[in-house]
Amino acid sequence: MATRSLPVQTARPLRASHRAWTAAGIALAACVALAGVSTLRGSKSTQAELQPLTSEHDDHVLEKVPVLSPKERARVAALGAGAGPADLEVALELARGHVTEARQRSDPRFLGYAQAALGSWWHDPAPPPEVRVLRAIIRQSNHDFTAALEDLALALKERPDDAQAWLTQSSLQLVRGELEEARRSCGPLAGLSSPLVATTCVAAVDGTGGRTREAYAALSSAFSRSGRSEAAVSTWSLTLLGELAARMGESAAAERHFRTALVMGEPDAYLLGALADFLLDEGRPAEVVRLLEKHVESDPLLLRLALAERALGLPAGAEHAAELARRFGASRARGDAIHLREEARFTLHLANDPEDALRLALENWKLQREPVDARLVLEAARAAKRPEEARAVLAWLSETRLEDVHLAPLARELKGSAP
Amino acid sequence: MKHGIHLLWMLLVLARPALAHKPSDSYLTLVPDGHSVRVRWDIALRDLDYALALDANADGDLTGRELRQRSAEVSAYALERLALSADQRTCPLSPVETRLTQHSDGAYLALLFEAACSRAPSTLAVRYRLFFELDPQHRGLVRLEVDGATRTGVLRADADTLGFTVAEAEPLRQFVAMTREGVWHIWIGIDHILFLLALLLPAVFQREEGRWRAAGAFRPVFMEVLKVVTSFTVAHSLTLGLATLGIVQLPSRWVETAIALSVVLAALNNLRPMLLGRWRLAFALGLLHGFGFSSVLADLGLSGGSVVMSLLAFNFGVELGQAAVVAVFLPTAFLLRRTWTYRALAFVGGSACIALTAGVWTVERFFF
Repeated sequence: MATRSLPVQTARPLRASHRAWTAAGIALAACVALAGVSTLRGSKSTQAELQPLTSEHDDHVLEKVPVLSPKERARVAALGAGAGPADLEVALELARGHVTEARQRSDPRFLGYAQAALGSWWHDPAPPPEVRVLRAIIRQSNHDFTAALEDLALALKERPDDAQAWLTQSSLQLVRGELEEARRSCGPLAGLSSPLVATTCVAAVDGTGGRTREAYAALSSAFSRSGRSEAAVSTWSLTLLGELAARMGESAAAERHFRTALVMGEPDAYLLGALADFLLDEGRPAEVVRLLEKHVESDPLLLRLALAERALGLPAGAEHAAELARRFGASRARGDAIHLREEARFTLHLANDPEDALRLALENWKLQREPVDARLVLEAARAAKRPEEARAVLAWLSETRLEDVHLAPLARELKGSAP
Repeated sequence: MKHGIHLLWMLLVLARPALAHKPSDSYLTLVPDGHSVRVRWDIALRDLDYALALDANADGDLTGRELRQRSAEVSAYALERLALSADQRTCPLSPVETRLTQHSDGAYLALLFEAACSRAPSTLAVRYRLFFELDPQHRGLVRLEVDGATRTGVLRADADTLGFTVAEAEPLRQFVAMTREGVWHIWIGIDHILFLLALLLPAVFQREEGRWRAAGAFRPVFMEVLKVVTSFTVAHSLTLGLATLGIVQLPSRWVETAIALSVVLAALNNLRPMLLGRWRLAFALGLLHGFGFSSVLADLGLSGGSVVMSLLAFNFGVELGQAAVVAVFLPTAFLLRRTWTYRALAFVGGSACIALTAGVWTVERFFF
């Protein structure tokens, strides 16, 4: 075909036909590429399209669903029929079960089920203290920290021996950067739970304030004295030891603690995230990919995976970044703000929009004030070349005297350039 | 150590959210259309299973059969929990179809139904109470689409009613919005661009004794292009109008397949001219493309009185987009018309390429 329609005024037909074949070759290659792209685009768009519900799909598994026991089924049916729980003890047990499940499965739907299980007690202006504690835990998951702290304070007034409430209160105050209050909340734990739990609680606070070394030493010795603890407690203590060591720049020790925690049992998402952050700071992204490859379900872990893939120039990085953007969009669409920390980090390092990252980091800072949150503001302010926006965080850092080998040079640099 | 038993539970609930899955949302899209409102409601299968125990054998796998056997019940369950009213008068809901779809977090049931209002609504209220008693953190995400503009809202357990003003947008803004849609559609509608290019590629040549020869002057080339583009425009405007006003309606799968086939024909006609003159070809096949445009227009959702204006604006946008393609293509092609790059690579190679690509679409659209 090509030869036939090849023109016309050529003096050298032989050469012309040679050129025609070259043209046909290039065109064919371009074609295959174009057809391939269009097919890909086509198949992607059909995925989101509507499919008829016909007997053709009868044997397909459309969705994996949690299996409910007959007892749970009956309870769901009763709730659906408008019959809320009548017995407080039953309601509390159910709600606790759902909250635990929400954690284990990393699935926020169970927090909603927990709230439903509390029935009308949820809206009670003066509910029993146990309800307040559960309500606080569910509210803090939705980042309603103020209401959660109110519930905890009132619950503890009635039941000052509730270790759960003290620990939750301390960790919430720590997230909000209220270090003195957080330390005070750890106090009663000494008499109410194990020494390791009490020490870990205090070490988490002191490690954020200016006493990282003391906190590390105290926790190390408490850990070696504690003997056998529950796996969850050990994982918690070891993760914190790793974080404290990393903050002091003791990389080898940090890695040892994280790795020990990793083999304690099923690692929790927090530990995986902390280890991934450590490896990213150490410039070892390949290990992060190996660690998190299977954890794409979790938003914070997917974020770290995408950061590592970006550092390695892997094509999967772009795909994972796009997936994260979709998830943040979905969260925003429903009016949630629980992703601010992750979204700020995503916007800074993956979307490369320092201005917007700074806005998100500052908004997050109003809500959450842990070392990672401070670091995000400083990094975004530096990237956006707006050191003056870091002033509040710098002031907080010198007030708390937080020691962190990654934060210190950043803070010095910004102090130097702030007008 | 009185609270020792609760220790594990305590640590699980520290203030360290690392939730993976999405919370429960449904997606409700409302498109007012004259006296009625077309509604699409996507509800997660997981949530429906939690409420209605659809997984009959409780093995954790919800199959097509398990869902299909209870789909009427499911649809009734959902519709009982939604109420639409136009200007304070309830619009009864009647199911049209039940389908399946995917969102980022899994499989959803898509309920398509219609709300019949007593007149074209100027305000629309949504009352929603799906799943709230089972999961108070469930949300209904609403999109209202009027004349190509979208408004959104969130329904929640403590705010289960939303009101929208549907009153038509200012005419000028609406005209601009629809024009933009038209331009956008040409821009993303690669099949229309390829069709146009296939028709334009030979415009800088003249057919002499069965061979292509580069045209000498610009004027005759320009006139030829004008003729081709005008007949394409007249043809697709005609069918776009007929289809939008509901006078002629064709199944979209056939239309889409025929459009792809028309691109194949137009491209092959360059390699081996066999069909009528190019402007006649542009007219005949342009009729098909008009039907294609009309389905886009229908998806944008037009309300009663503004159909004709929207039609004009959308068509205007399509022509603008088309003119932009011509404005870039024609001078370039004219300058390059004597070069090897244009004659062999762009004309022969390009036409073959367009034919092959559109061939793939034809098969895809017909069989899949």
